[in-house]
Amino acid sequence: MRQLRAWLIRFKGLFLKDARERELADELESHLQMHVDDNIRAGMSPPEARRVAVMKLGGVEQAKEAYRDRGTIPLLESMAHDLRFTLRQLRKNPAFSVTAVAMVALGIGASVAIFAFVDAALIKPLPYQNPSRLLFVTEATPFIPRAAISYADYIDWKKLNTVFESLDVYSHRGYVLNTPTGTELVDGARVSDGLFHTLGVVPALGRDFYHGEDLAGAPRTVILSYASWQKRFAGQPEIVGQQLTLNETPYTVVGVLPENFHFAPVENAEFWTTLHPAGFCDERRSCHYLQGVARLKEGVTQAAALAEVTRIAKDLEAHYPDSNRNQGATVAPLSEVIVGDVKPILLLLLGGVGLLLLIACSNVASLLLVRSETRRRELAVRRALGATRARLIRQFVIEGLVIVVIGTTAGLLSSHWTMQILAGLIPKNMMAGMPYLNGLALNSRVLIFALTVAAFAAALFSLTPAFRLSTLEMREADNSRGAAGRVWTRIGSKLVILELTTAMVLLVGAGLLGKSFYRLMQVDAGFETAHLITMTVRAPMSAYEKDEQALALGRDVVDQIKSLPGVTSVALADVLPLSFNGNTDWIRFVGRAYNGEHNEVNQRLASSGYFATLQARLLRGRTFKDSDDATKPNVVVINQTLAKKYFPGEDPIGQRFGDTDLHPDTLREIIGVVDDIKEGPLDSEIWPAYYAPFNQHPRVDFSVVVRTTQLEQSLMPAVADVISRLNSKITISNQTTMMARVNNAPTVYLRRSSTWLVGGFALVALLLGVVGLYGVIAYSVSQRTREIGVRIALGAQRGSVYRLILKEAGVLALAGIVIGTGCAILVASVMRKLLFGTPPWDIATLISVAAVLGASALLASFLPARRAASVNPISALRAE
Amino acid sequence: MSAKTEIWQGTLALMILKTLATLGPLHGYGIARRIEQTSGDRLALNYGTLYPALLKLEQEGWIVAEWGVSENNRKAKYYKLTRAGRKQLERETKEWNQTTAIVARFLEPAEDPS
Repeated sequence: MRQLRAWLIRFKGLFLKDARERELADELESHLQMHVDDNIRAGMSPPEARRVAVMKLGGVEQAKEAYRDRGTIPLLESMAHDLRFTLRQLRKNPAFSVTAVAMVALGIGASVAIFAFVDAALIKPLPYQNPSRLLFVTEATPFIPRAAISYADYIDWKKLNTVFESLDVYSHRGYVLNTPTGTELVDGARVSDGLFHTLGVVPALGRDFYHGEDLAGAPRTVILSYASWQKRFAGQPEIVGQQLTLNETPYTVVGVLPENFHFAPVENAEFWTTLHPAGFCDERRSCHYLQGVARLKEGVTQAAALAEVTRIAKDLEAHYPDSNRNQGATVAPLSEVIVGDVKPILLLLLGGVGLLLLIACSNVASLLLVRSETRRRELAVRRALGATRARLIRQFVIEGLVIVVIGTTAGLLSSHWTMQILAGLIPKNMMAGMPYLNGLALNSRVLIFALTVAAFAAALFSLTPAFRLSTLEMREADNSRGAAGRVWTRIGSKLVILELTTAMVLLVGAGLLGKSFYRLMQVDAGFETAHLITMTVRAPMSAYEKDEQALALGRDVVDQIKSLPGVTSVALADVLPLSFNGNTDWIRFVGRAYNGEHNEVNQRLASSGYFATLQARLLRGRTFKDSDDATKPNVVVINQTLAKKYFPGEDPIGQRFGDTDLHPDTLREIIGVVDDIKEGPLDSEIWPAYYAPFNQHPRVDFSVVVRTTQLEQSLMPAVADVISRLNSKITISNQTTMMARVNNAPTVYLRRSSTWLVGGFALVALLLGVVGLYGVIAYSVSQRTREIGVRIALGAQRGSVYRLILKEAGVLALAGIVIGTGCAILVASVMRKLLFGTPPWDIATLISVAAVLGASALLASFLPARRAASVNPISALRAE
Repeated sequence: MSAKTEIWQGTLALMILKTLATLGPLHGYGIARRIEQTSGDRLALNYGTLYPALLKLEQEGWIVAEWGVSENNRKAKYYKLTRAGRKQLERETKEWNQTTAIVARFLEPAEDPS
């Protein structure tokens, strides 16, 4: 207790040093005065009295020193001293300090920002109860690894399984919402009654769906998302119990979801309704449109669950061979489905930024090494004056800490901005698919990461020069000047090889990603993507109930838009190209043996001008005419893949196919073959597809494609305007251009952004690596000035001096390039999934990256080489 | 030499405490003079060493210091024993007596020639 008290006082003494020293001085002065008084009284002369008093008091400085040591904590005191010394040193050498701090700030700032994304997407658990027990459960076909479930299959799965606490389903759905100002197309979802219960989510307001509320006979109810409640209903709690109109049907609001709730698979669904199975699709076992979410029972593994659903699927296949042939099952962790797409890219970026951090740290470490080398004299003097080894090492540790602390602070601040900027760069449609990124923040996990990185950097920075110090001491006996440089160059050059290797890996990674992106953008979509406007139109069913009415609407839309100036052609489709593979049909060919296999093909609707508007290439036969309507036999245009797969070496024109029963209503005659149009994303495969004429299957919701000679953006409002003038209840959404759809497609966006980011990392890494190389070579030249002077004096040509230095640099660069190439191929193999049309060992990329790195290294070593070659032998020899 | 100093420092604290207990509040110079006088001038005390010892005692709470005026009208820092300091003095005195008794017993036979 007493000890503690004394320590506290001494600690306080650290801050009261001046006052205490003054007091001691006063006290000693008064002591002397009293002693002098006594001495004079004893008969001494005043000078004698003072002399004796001072002598008796002893070494005043020693007393003060002892007093000082006792007054504070000497260790802290001297550390404060070291700190002040360090700050003075850093101020004295601003170029070094700014470079070192900037590098640390860069490395930490970039890695923390990327880690924050990783944290938000991959580490922070999903906002559900015990999310690790949640599985994504769907059917699977040989064609589609994650196919949807049909309603009938879902009911059976739910009933027959023994592995899930609960199994629920959802499906995305767009709704037309009646608003005070008209109608609006809004995102929603149809879910089974227990979905929120399975997720473990309780509404913030109102109630969850009742058991059985998703059946056909139940009253229509809706739960709102928090954002929708805030935006559309001003966050009023009275909303619960009120009615709103979706798709011309009244719904009662029963609840509001919590603010932090998100469910990426249905993106930003605002209105959550129940299934209410009704209509053709829900009754058909072969109509797949639902996705399942299940909560595993305690103690059941994912593998057991997979075995169970696979068994059920097999049973159903045996029961319903017609509809369920080859319909398997698959399960996956829900988190994988939600973040699966961005996971490899985020890990790639984290790896990239980690390498950048490594290179930045080794650069700072080598800077510190150079500095410790130039401070040899200072260290030797301090050692000679009695500084202990520990004290000198402590000096280095404090220097490292100061750099890291300042750099980390700057890095954290900049990472905050970087995160905002990066998140702001994500387009809205991408952000909707990644709602978990809303949790992006400098939270405690991110801060812990930053501190860990900083601790690693601090250890590196303080240990390198400390290690350096021990080599320095080893050499104390051997006083030769040349050896000093060589020892340093050996450590320094290893760091440089590490830096160049890292730069090589990052450059190759960026090169491969860039090439993949280029290859992706070179993919032939099968149509001309430029100068196309697209939008989605949805008319109220009540006004266009009959097929003729819907057909007339489609005709009017086309005619109205065509009359606008600048419009070249117009077409309608149900699904735009570059959307997705899916919406498939099972077909059976007339006049061929059939044993129940599922010939799964994309099924699309297209109006008469569709292929002309897209500028797709017709290979055989003809496309649709306006007269191909319900009065004529059904016709289709097929794509080349379908023709090749099912009619190899045959002319498909005139052939017919229908559904699996060859029901007469479904029979269609092939009238044309078009070159493949990408229905899915650019990096997807081409599936067999057929296009049926809009006029034979008219509908009230469709997409419009407009080819224009004008700037697309300027024409867009006019197009929307003429459509809405046809009927004020028509909703128009997704107004955009085909180019924007291409560029903002997730696959393109993710690749482009990762290419840019990794490219940026690689450029910085190249710069740092080359600067590092320059540092080593320049230092080596400065150390060898005398040797070079001697060589020149002895008759060496300037050329041979150049060769000497360039060779030294070349060996380092070559080592970096060779090791880097090996590492790069390894790394590229790991990220193979992110490459497109480019092998990990792509020779062109490897060679060009090696060339860039080699050329930069040559340039970096040329400057010191020139300095070496221009050494004046006389002054070089005099220098020592 | 250094071993002597260490022992000296331990006993110096005891002497300071005893001096303050006997004479009441006193300044550093007065304590030094008193210790010298009590030892019959056999101790050559370096006055400077007194002050770190005083600071240590003050930090441990055995004594408190206050500025005052000396008998000759000089400004001086006066040290006073605290209650804890008085107890500490008793404790240390007892320990000292025990120690010296033990050491004395060790040394006795050596002094006896028989």
